[in-house]
This record gives sequence, structure tokens and C-alpha cells, in this order.
Amino acid sequence: MTQSILFDIPGPRAARRNRIVGVVGAVVVLGLLGLVVYGLRDQLSPQMWAPFLSPDTWQYYVYPGVFMTLQAALLSVVLASALGLALGIGRLSHNRLVGWVSAVFVEFFRSVPVLMMMLFAFYVALFTLRLPGDILPIFGVVVGLTLYNSCVMAELIRSGVHSLPQGQREAGLAIGLTPGQTLWSVLLPQAITAMLPSLVSQLVVILKDTALGYLITYPDLIRSMQNLSAVKGNLVTAFIVAALIFILINYSLTSLAHWLERTLGGRRAGPGAVMRTGLAMDPDLEADAGRAT
Amino acid sequence: MKTRKPLAILAGALLALTTACSAPGSTPAGPAGSASAGGATGSITIGIKFDQPGLGIKDGNTYSGFDVEVAKYVAKELGYSANQITWKESPSAQRETLIEGGQVQLIFATYSITDARKQRVSFAGPYFIAGQDLLVRADDTSITGPDALNGKKLCSVTGSTSAKKIKDSFSKGVDLQELDTYSKCVTALAAGTLDAVTTDNVILAGYAAQDQYKGKLKVVGKTFSTERYGVGLKKGDTAFCTKVNTAIAKMVSSGAWQTALDKTVGPSGFKPSGDNPPKADPCS
Amino acid sequence: MLDLVREYDVLGAFWVTVQLTVYAAVGSLVIGTVIAILRVSPVRIFSWAGAMYVNVVRNTPLTLIVFFLFFCLYQLLGWHLAPLSARSSTHAFVWGVVGLSLYHASFVAEALRSGINTVGVGQAEAARSIGLDFGQSLREVILPQAFRGAIAPLGNTMIALTKNTTVVSTIGVAEASYAMKNAIEFSPNVLYLIFAVMSLGFVVLTLPMGVLFTQVSRRLAVQR
Repeated sequence: MTQSILFDIPGPRAARRNRIVGVVGAVVVLGLLGLVVYGLRDQLSPQMWAPFLSPDTWQYYVYPGVFMTLQAALLSVVLASALGLALGIGRLSHNRLVGWVSAVFVEFFRSVPVLMMMLFAFYVALFTLRLPGDILPIFGVVVGLTLYNSCVMAELIRSGVHSLPQGQREAGLAIGLTPGQTLWSVLLPQAITAMLPSLVSQLVVILKDTALGYLITYPDLIRSMQNLSAVKGNLVTAFIVAALIFILINYSLTSLAHWLERTLGGRRAGPGAVMRTGLAMDPDLEADAGRAT
Repeated sequence: MKTRKPLAILAGALLALTTACSAPGSTPAGPAGSASAGGATGSITIGIKFDQPGLGIKDGNTYSGFDVEVAKYVAKELGYSANQITWKESPSAQRETLIEGGQVQLIFATYSITDARKQRVSFAGPYFIAGQDLLVRADDTSITGPDALNGKKLCSVTGSTSAKKIKDSFSKGVDLQELDTYSKCVTALAAGTLDAVTTDNVILAGYAAQDQYKGKLKVVGKTFSTERYGVGLKKGDTAFCTKVNTAIAKMVSSGAWQTALDKTVGPSGFKPSGDNPPKADPCS
Repeated sequence: MLDLVREYDVLGAFWVTVQLTVYAAVGSLVIGTVIAILRVSPVRIFSWAGAMYVNVVRNTPLTLIVFFLFFCLYQLLGWHLAPLSARSSTHAFVWGVVGLSLYHASFVAEALRSGINTVGVGQAEAARSIGLDFGQSLREVILPQAFRGAIAPLGNTMIALTKNTTVVSTIGVAEASYAMKNAIEFSPNVLYLIFAVMSLGFVVLTLPMGVLFTQVSRRLAVQR
């Protein structure tokens, strides 16, 4: 449904009214923003921005921070994909025990906040495993993110396979493949292709969640910016820069996800087959479901 | 076969990702990165705070603060020049494991000597006696000590004992605000929405000595605890401990200790308690 | 275990989590609906602003949003939403609710938009052809159906919100993760017990929500 169906193309009178309403709304919003900027003028003074003109700031704070954030995110997405695939297959398994164990694992870790898992993993590594001090933070971050996101991936895979037309599985079995082979070479490839956009969207979630890592002293972008502001006293501008970088990276990833969605859209099994079977495969819904953490 | 392609692509992509991020990932994170840190190889790795103005702070690739000055002096006495020192960030929770795992040889990071910590590491020093205190705005005369905080907004970091102590033993009516870093507490204090920040006096003095807060904040000067900052090192290494103690004693007697203190936290007008400079404990 | 629950006020902490969740859920649904309406409205600048809001907020880590609100607006500008005489913990709680509401509003708006997209074109055409204007057709025809179509993603957002309440511990709101961190810092030997208690608490909070939303979305699914 295109949005324009909700209203007529405005005539001259309506257009004028819309313009007035729009201008008034814009003035109110800009006024509020202006009030904030004015109130924060000390924190937003040129002197507070000055550190970002120096290449040192970028070399020693921004780039390493971005690198560490990306590193934790990529490591987590790889591990979460692997574990998620295993859990997804586990939940689809005909073996009761495997299915049950996977289900309990997924339902449990999906319910626990990422921050709690990070804290837990960090302190387990600290008190029980006695890991060396400098891998504690990345261990905490990656374990926390992996546990949670593997569950999301497992659910994506499961709902992906479930929403494939029944005929796909029947065809696989009919040509003599075992249920396992059918899953592996007929159902999963289609499900995974369909979930690729959601996978990229999930990366956005992971990236944002790495921002919790600073609480267990992982030297991500946020912690870098905190260290910078400990020197320069520019807490507000440092965090604005961090936010802009996050928005830039995540917006690119979101756009990539949409692009993938459009590109892969044509390669789905049978015309309309997927769309008809349920909401679960609607990429927008899935993507939103994933992103909302 | 057409349908199998995406899986292969995905698998390939994942494989590429794994190798791509395990390569740079292992350098800063894995123990391999610290292999060169063996004491005898002509370099020494020292753990400090990276985010504590006046004590241990990293500005670009330069390090400064009182902890850093003492560390440099000790390292020099041990035979390491300034460019043979590798600085490593050692956040509070990780200090024991950094020493136990051998990633650092020494730690100068506002590291209070306690019996619990002595179970896992040994301490040289102390090289400074700090105490819990309050940081307030320079023009605030109403807050004279920990018992004058009823109805005042007091800031501390989450999970620290210092705020709890004030609430339990001094001012029951204090209004606690916990944030995740001291810099946030201090920024809000300067802006006027909070009335006091509490932690060790020398840490507070480090903030008050920063350019942007000079003349705006002051340390109250009524300590109500004793924190003896020691040098963390491998448990039971008494020979190393003795060497460090000798170096610290020389730093004090030569006057370099006082110079370092004046240079780093002095600008806040901070005067350390009378027990300073302290006598080192015997190594054990 | 009872000692643990008493000493670190585990129940009190969970109660704070529940309150944060309920208030922020209401807040995010209201704000999110407004944003969704802005996005489909005939005023060009409104739809642009709605899209902008969603893109900016959705792509920013919640920790940063909570920081900007609490630190900039409250600590630095002194804007207070609770009476000035209220304790710091109350101010932090209120701003925490605002932060959670604003952040999740972007997901609510997206869920509603995708819900609107599931409503058949004929519905809108029919509404327009019987002479309803933009507001009327949204209110009477489109949104009621959009909400139904959006229940599944809305449910996911609400579950995510419940878990994301832990993030406001960064501004000192004494909710579940704050109690957990405190317990671990002060008595490390309770690490496993406290994690078990806290995570079970979240399972108890979120699992029924998941079941409920799935049930409701099945029952209310628009038949086409």
C-alpha cells in the first residue's frame, strides 16, 4: 500500500494549510533543539570540538575505538551464526532430546538481558576461569553477545524453514533424500538466503550492543571516547561524535540489508509461496523483530 | 545446485570473516601480544590507569600523572629507560589477573594494599597514603565533611563502597547518585546539579587540578579512611619487591617524589595527609 | 539464598525493572504511534522528520541516548521532570523511562509502519471513497488493522524493552542488573547464584509476554 492512498493529493488550499502546519511544527522542534544547544553552549564551544581537529585524537582514540567495536561485533556475529545454525538445526531435529535441549537453551538465553550475560561472562572469566587480565573484557563482550544472538539466529532459521512451502520438503523426500539431507540441501539454503537481510540487520543490533562493553572495560568506541574526555574534559562532544559514527555505520548496514532484501527477493522459492504462508517471512517484520534490542 | 549456492556463499563469507577478525583480534586480545613483555628482555610492562587525571592518564601516546611519575622513576632505578616501558591499561577489576597472568610486571594504579589482595599478589610500597574525601565546588562552604551531607546530592560510581560508607556511617539523609564514571560525576558537580563527589582524596585532586576545573572545585580535606597505595607485583617475588622499595625510598629522599606530586595534583591546592611520604612495608 | 535476596534487595530491584518496563511500554507506544502517523502524514516535512527520527534513534546505542538525556538535559541543563525536591534516584528513574520510551518508540513506529503495509490497499481506498479524511481513515480503518498486523513485532519490541531496562543502571537506577553488579562486587562468591536468580527473573517476565503476544497475534490476525 502506498502512502498517498491515505489522502488525496492536496489541492491549493490543503497544500497551503499543510505548509503552515509543517512550518509551525518545524519551528517548534527547531526551537526546542535551539534551547538545548543554547543551554549546552559551554559544552559545545569550539574549544570542546578542537580535539577532533587533531589527527592524534583520531589516531589514538577514534580509530582504535571503532576497530575494537567492529572486532567484537564481527567476532560475535561469526560465532553467533555458527552456534545459531547448530541450535536452529537442533530445534528442527526429530530427536526429542536434541530438540528439547536446543529449545530450552534458546528460550533461556533469549530472555536474559545482554548486559547481564556480559557481566556474568566477565566475572566467570575473572573468578572461576582466571583468564589473563587482558582478554577478560573481550571474552565477556563476545560471550554475552554470542549467547544472545545465536538464539535470535536459531529462531530466524527455524521460522525460515517453517515458512517454506511444505512441497519443498516433500519433494526432497520424494527424490530419496533423508530428512537430514532434505534439511541441509533443500530447506536450509532457501531459509538462509531469505534470512540474509535479517542477518545483516542483526549485525546492527550486535554493533549497538557492543556499546555495553565499556561497562566491563572493553576498550570500544564509547570507552575510547570516555578516555579522551578524561583528558580534554569534552564529554558531550566526544559522545556526540561517537553517536554520529554509530549512526553512520548502522545506517549503512541497514541500507545494505534493504538492498539485499530487494536483490534476493526474486530468488525466493516459488512465486508467492513464501509470502502467503505467514507473517514470519515478511522481511520487514523479521528485520524489525531482530533489530529491536 | 542453484539453490545450494547461497549457503556456500554464506559459509565462505563467514570463513573470511573469521580469518579477517581473528588475525588483528588476537594481537591486542590474546596472550601472544604480551609475550615480549618478559622482564629480562630489556623492556618492562607496567600497568596504570588510562583515565585518571593527575594519577594515570593517557593523552594520545603520552602518559602522565603521579602514578606514572613514580613508575618511571622506579623503572629507571631498575635499569629501564623511559622508552623501554610498555604501558598497559589496568582497570580495577583486572589488576590481580594481569599480574598473575604475567601481562604486567608492575602495577601503579591507585592500588590499595589490602589483605584480600595479598592472597593473590604481593605489594611493594606503599608510595602514597590516600584517604576517602569529598570534592565540592570551590565556593561551597556548607559541606565541611562526611557528616554534613544530609540532604545533599552526593555522586559516586556504581559498585563502589565509598558512597555506601557515607550513607551507613556519617550522613543517613544523603541523596546518592551513582554514575558509571567519575568524570561524569565531576562534570555534573561543576555544572551545579550535584553537591559533592566522593572517592580517594588524591583522585579527586587530580580532577580538580585539570585545566577546565582549575579554581572551580576543591577537595574538602577531611579524610575518613586510609588507603595505602602500593605497587602490585607477582606474589612472593621478594627480591623484586625489595628493589622497588629501594627505588621508592630513593625517590622520596631525593625530593623527586615531592616534585612529582606538586607537578601532577598540586595545581588543585591539594595537600596530602601528614603520613606522606610513607615508609615502605617490609617485603614478604 | 534468602539472605542474598534480602541483602541486595533483589525483589525491590525487580520491582523497579517491572515499573520501568510498564511506564516505558506505555510511553513508547504513545510516542511510536505519533511518529508512525507523522511518517504517513500528508505534511511533507512531518514525514521527513518521522523518518529522520527513526533512522537516528534506531541506529544509536541506547546507552548513548540515556546518557544524552540524563546527563545533558538533566545534569547539565537542570531540566527536571520530577519535582526539584525529589531524590536523585527518582530523577534518574524518570529520565530512564523517557530514554527507554524514546528509543523503543522508533521500533514501535517501524512495527506500525510495517503493520500499515499489511493492510490491504482496498481498505484505504474504501475509507477514502466513503469520504473519510486522512485522520478519520487512519483512526477508524487503517490503524486498528495495522495494530493487529503489528502485534508480533510489537511484542518483540516490548520483550526487548524489558531486557533493555538494564541499560539505565548506567545512570544509577537501582534495577535488576544494578543489584546483580553490586552483589558480585561486594560478595563475589554469590556470582552463580545471583545470575541464576536474576536471569530466571527475566525468564519469568519475558516468556509469558512472548506467549501472550503470539496468542493475541494469532487470534487477531486479519483474515484476508
